Amino acid sequence: METDWIWGLVGGGLIGLGGAVFLLGNGRIMGASGILGGLVDGSGWHNAAERLVFLLGVIAMPVLLLPYYEGEIGTHMTSNTVVIIIAGLLVGLGTRIANGCTSGHGVCGISRLSLRGIVATVFYILAGGLTIAMMRHVLGVI
Amino acid sequence: MQRLFLSLLAGALFGTGLLVSGMTDTTKVQGWLDVFGKWDPTLAFVMGGAIVPMFFAWRLTRGRSPLVGGSFPSVPRPQMDHRLITGSVLFGMGWGLAGLCPGPAIASLSYNGIGGLIFLAAMLLGMLAAPKAGRQLDRLATNV
Repeated sequence: METDWIWGLVGGGLIGLGGAVFLLGNGRIMGASGILGGLVDGSGWHNAAERLVFLLGVIAMPVLLLPYYEGEIGTHMTSNTVVIIIAGLLVGLGTRIANGCTSGHGVCGISRLSLRGIVATVFYILAGGLTIAMMRHVLGVI
Repeated sequence: MQRLFLSLLAGALFGTGLLVSGMTDTTKVQGWLDVFGKWDPTLAFVMGGAIVPMFFAWRLTRGRSPLVGGSFPSVPRPQMDHRLITGSVLFGMGWGLAGLCPGPAIASLSYNGIGGLIFLAAMLLGMLAAPKAGRQLDRLATNV
């Protein structure tokens, strides 16, 4: 749709605002994989409450807003369970090894003009693009 | 208490932004990556929209402290190590396969069905395995 980019900008602005609150308020970088991953591997148990409350906000807002949403809302994710499992494993493993994902390296890193954030973003976009090209247009799996 | 409130607020803004921007729709994310198919530029607008307020936020950190006290995160050494590159490539492959990254995977939990839960479980498993896998990667890198 032609209004998609406007909603993209508005939604992006809200994401950036969230990152600004987390940074200026708590002095922390808003990275989804870091906040979640620290709870999983134990490295973030010393401030677990802060992380859990953050995740609660992320999950709860769509629940609260969905009844007021016009039109259909869906993730349109593949129903291929094998693809879902492999993708999930790769995302979990990769983001924690690289120490960041789209929010941490992408939004917070690039806005800080961090070379590491920029390099990570270039590599995960390239890898994602090649994966789509291979799996969709060559092999026809997804 | 203030710390928890600000954390909840940040999460609420993040979750709302992910929903509103369309980034929990995997067709939009895969559409951005699919340069040989029906390319969708929305993700670039989301990134741009998010980077602008964050850019000013980083400028505001200069000479100040966080509202709740403590200090701002230090700038990491601009070092391009094997972890950053390998990890990002692995992440990108998974991101392309399913069209979900960690933020949207969490935000969409309430409307992504059983597949969303399976993705989350696999992602958590990957995160659990990451410290060990990272150490193995270090060993591999020193031997090369």
